[in-house]
Amino acid sequence: MNKIKTFKIGGIHPNKYKISSDIKISDAGLPETVIIPVRQHIGAPAKVLVQKGDKVKVGTLLADLDGVVSADVHSSVSGEVLKIEDQEVSNGYFEKMITIRVEGDEWEENIDRTPDIIRDIEATPEEIVQIIRASGIVGMGGAGFPTPIKVEIPEGKKADCVILNGIECEPYLTADDRLMQEYAEQIVIGARILNKALGIQKAVIAVDENKPAAIEALQKVTREYIGVNVQVCATKYPQGAEKQLIEAVTGREVPPGCLPIDVNCVVQNVGTAFAIYEAVQKHKPLFERIVTVSGDGVKHPQNFRVRVGTPASYLIDKVGKNGDIGKIIFGGPMMGLSGINIDAPVTKTTSGILLLRTENVVVPEVSPCIRCGTCVEVCPQGLEPFAITNFVRNGEYQEAKKIHVLDCIECGCCAYSCPARIPLLDYCKLAKYEIRKKK
Amino acid sequence: MLKVSTAPHIYSQTNTRTIMRDVIIALAPAGLVAIILFGLNALVTIATAVTGCVFFEYATCRYWLKTRPSTSDLSAVVTGILLAYNLPCNMPIWMILIGCFVAIIIAKAAFGGIGKNVFNPALAGRVFLFISFPVQMTTWINPNWKDFLNVDVTTSATTLGILKHAEPETSFFELADKLPSYTDMFVGNIGGSMGEISALALLLGLFWMLYRKVISWHIPFYYIGTFALLNTIFWFVAGKATCEPLTQLLSGGLFLGAFFMATDYTTSPMSKNGKIVFAIGCGVLTFVIRQYGSYPEGVSFAILIMNAFVPLIDKAFHPRIFGTGRK
Repeated sequence: MNKIKTFKIGGIHPNKYKISSDIKISDAGLPETVIIPVRQHIGAPAKVLVQKGDKVKVGTLLADLDGVVSADVHSSVSGEVLKIEDQEVSNGYFEKMITIRVEGDEWEENIDRTPDIIRDIEATPEEIVQIIRASGIVGMGGAGFPTPIKVEIPEGKKADCVILNGIECEPYLTADDRLMQEYAEQIVIGARILNKALGIQKAVIAVDENKPAAIEALQKVTREYIGVNVQVCATKYPQGAEKQLIEAVTGREVPPGCLPIDVNCVVQNVGTAFAIYEAVQKHKPLFERIVTVSGDGVKHPQNFRVRVGTPASYLIDKVGKNGDIGKIIFGGPMMGLSGINIDAPVTKTTSGILLLRTENVVVPEVSPCIRCGTCVEVCPQGLEPFAITNFVRNGEYQEAKKIHVLDCIECGCCAYSCPARIPLLDYCKLAKYEIRKKK
Repeated sequence: MLKVSTAPHIYSQTNTRTIMRDVIIALAPAGLVAIILFGLNALVTIATAVTGCVFFEYATCRYWLKTRPSTSDLSAVVTGILLAYNLPCNMPIWMILIGCFVAIIIAKAAFGGIGKNVFNPALAGRVFLFISFPVQMTTWINPNWKDFLNVDVTTSATTLGILKHAEPETSFFELADKLPSYTDMFVGNIGGSMGEISALALLLGLFWMLYRKVISWHIPFYYIGTFALLNTIFWFVAGKATCEPLTQLLSGGLFLGAFFMATDYTTSPMSKNGKIVFAIGCGVLTFVIRQYGSYPEGVSFAILIMNAFVPLIDKAFHPRIFGTGRK
């Protein structure tokens, strides 16, 4: 095994709570209705193509991408469109959603539902990009950046390495871990497809050290695929952050304001690679994903294969509540959003649903900064969160910009470690928001 | 009822109180040595200083700053212990209380309370007492572990006192005869301020703080390293009326200052490079004051002077932003 790598600056070691890493992926089944948002990605909402009363099948295109930064949305169930209107998403905002009543489970004919692994990649690079776009694939690590944009290299730029991000550094979450354990070969073929689309030979699958089963499964497969390698990374948060991952794997640092392609890298989540495999080899658009339902408020933590649009409450009923629930988090506890609407749907980017018991929900009590310097020490971007906070408290956003607040990756290491429990991350986010608003 | 908040939703176990608790644990061995060697007086001094500081802290928060009393974060306890450790064991109680007043009210609360003070409160208190009551502050009781109730106290000069008042033509060996042995200096069987005498106890405290990641190694290392280097050069060049560097390291308040007071969060720089510059400055100033100043000891003044430079150092030194200027 090659050397364990990691990023150099900052980072923290929160408790892992990976209680569901040994639990096999199981099918969550079909709820009575699904609610599918037309925007599950960064960018413009997709244009709705169906009308109330339309019959749809699994995989039917519901909404068409609108512009370059946008993504198609497909139906995850078969049934009848009940309504198309603005509904509350998990964090209380409203988004346009398509509600479908589930009737049976009839799939579009061209989707290959057999479990066979298809190894030969027949599609041409242009076709691959086309299929990825038509399948509505977005970054499944959490940001939801439309994947086709990443696969089409801009004029004058060159990629030499595909990095698959199998670092699931958020506590509790095990969706990617399980996917790598159970679908290692599909992920590796996904990497090969990306290689072909980009016209390069090298792919690295980065996995953190605390997933020995996933590492073993991948290494077994990569022996057969020349050019695809597994890179073990140290278990440290935020190892899975794009910039930190590139630095760990290649030693290259993405300069402020630049993208991975500026250092010749293309980074994709392993879940995205799996979705690319399914789209290109099995003609299956992105309408389901693996979701970890966990937390100390859950009786039986699970890794579910979930149809997009399934209400969180449906999954929560399946795992059973344990005690009085004080907080529900969509995503991981470091960067996830706490939800107020328990009926909000699972989207393409929902990696986990966590329930925390009331007695374990920390309501931080803020005390004065003691200038301990921990925030500076843990920031993986080399920022000074305490100084940014001081500027923001005085409304001096331009000063905050001068000390690089726009380079903040919002990982939350500073706020996690602050002994005075100052919401440093909130101040950084506020500064970024105010600076961007001015532009 | 669901609670809603922004990320992150989990926090580390460390908070201001646990940090201060770790510092108190780190200070305990030195306190124990002081109580064993100086007896009841030491206990009374520590208790008075801690009580005084906590009282003033509570009173200022309550009646002056009008904030929730911050006594529960234990920072005033740390200040009290450090102040006591910087005093001889036989100070009158009212003088100790004046020290507490200066430390908490003038050096800390007047600047805005915890986290806002420019100067280390315990050192400010000590220096105020030192200038106001020079006789009491330099009457050094000989340690005597058999005499807990301090019925029979004798006084003597400290190592640094002997060095400061040595005749200019004294040879190195004549001088060495007058100085305490290395073992005595290491264990603490010498005269001096209560908390500074035992290098061993202070080192134990340092290791605890490093182990608990309360402080980083930079400030103690560069402070003592700079000081040792300058003393070594000086020893070779001067030759007479001076001692070898190890004695300089083990005497006076160097370890107490370098481990516990120069590393004070509020009054030291935030960035790593800033800390190194700060520590080197402390080392140079301590050396200059000890060798050329009129006082035998320079640790307190060195740290206080460097405290004043912290805002400038913080302005000049920043961590490297990810993706820029990699070496």
